Amino acid sequence: MAKKPVQFRLNGSEKAVFVDDGQNLLDVLRRGVGDLTPKYGCGQGTCGTCTVLIDGEPHLSCLTLAETIDGRQVSTTAGLARGSELHPLQAAFMDGFAAQCGYCTPGMLMAASALLERNPDPSREDIVEAISGNICRCTGYEPIINAILAAAKAGGARRYG
Amino acid sequence: MPVKVETYDRVEEAARALSASRSARFLGGGTLVMRAVNAGDQSFDTIIRLRDPDFRTIRMQGDGLVIGAGVTMAALVANRDAAFLATVARVIGGPAIRNMATVGGNLFASGNYGDLAVALLALGATVQLAGSGSRSMPIDEFLRDRDRDRHATSLVQSVTVPRPRDPAAFRFTKVSRVKPKGVSLMSIAALLPQSGGRVQGARVAYGAMGPTPLRAIAVERALEGQALDAAAIDRAAALAVEGIAPPTDALASSWYRAEVAGVHLKRLLAGERR
Repeated sequence: MAKKPVQFRLNGSEKAVFVDDGQNLLDVLRRGVGDLTPKYGCGQGTCGTCTVLIDGEPHLSCLTLAETIDGRQVSTTAGLARGSELHPLQAAFMDGFAAQCGYCTPGMLMAASALLERNPDPSREDIVEAISGNICRCTGYEPIINAILAAAKAGGARRYG
Repeated sequence: MPVKVETYDRVEEAARALSASRSARFLGGGTLVMRAVNAGDQSFDTIIRLRDPDFRTIRMQGDGLVIGAGVTMAALVANRDAAFLATVARVIGGPAIRNMATVGGNLFASGNYGDLAVALLALGATVQLAGSGSRSMPIDEFLRDRDRDRHATSLVQSVTVPRPRDPAAFRFTKVSRVKPKGVSLMSIAALLPQSGGRVQGARVAYGAMGPTPLRAIAVERALEGQALDAAAIDRAAALAVEGIAPPTDALASSWYRAEVAGVHLKRLLAGERR
């Protein structure tokens, strides 16, 4: 089967890859580009751990046909930190023990970063709504919500990507 | 089995390709089709994609709103003219799903999904199909025939929704076990236009109460011509599942759905917020 060339920006840098028909974006990111931060959870759009930003908006990479991202900007958790300086959200997650097993964390961080870009001073309700598509099976939602609140207070709406 | 992806720029071309193959599916936002690909669904081998920007526009036409089938839930929430549908679109999925899932795709959602289609059914929308069989049909008819020809030979191009003259005449509720995001145990949409203090042209629709969104005909009849008072609401709620056989699924049994449908319907008709 023919491979299709796709060019996109990943966390600010140009990527050019060949994708298979029917291949999803998550697979291209993990196996094609080697960005292992977005995780494969359910493959059904239910869990949210594969959440990435496409042109700044949260999308489920496992349900995104890879060839549709040609010419677009993709942001993942790999692009949050600046060298050794963590993104305010990452710092707040660490300080607030917001990760237990950590499998949902990349999706939570991307959903939260999209929220803070749009709304730098979110209410608790705004945060619950923003991460409503992300499931934490350790059920550690309270520390996650508190960490996002703390990151917002610390000026978490830093632009990146 | 790997799938083949065909991309088209014009809706007629995409419709032709879709009707030429019985093993092709049309890709909207991916939340149904890519989900099926990931699950290893062998019932289709071709994905048809459309890049027509018209497919993603919303425009006014007389008293109606023409919504392109490729419009996402997020775009619907953000559109001023579609404000009456925002309450519905906002409770579908989480933010990422709303950035992807489309109006056209929602018409094909089954089981506990398809809340927007429930609202469109109550609002009396019409569905425009593209291609050689280009035509328009009431959503009632579309939903009735949807599963008879699973590999539908027609491509949904847009949906036209009459805007309710009185925004308060349209009501919607979604019952789910998980807040704020959960699939529907049931959803209920009601259009209750009133004239001289009496209901005229009632349309009430359920989601997750049958194989497709369906209308509660007995409830509509009970409300027609009545003042929307406690007595009329009680009579209508008592007929909530008349002629309806609710399904049993992972969320609730048929018995449970039949027991609670009247309660949720009564709250909706009485305008109680929960």
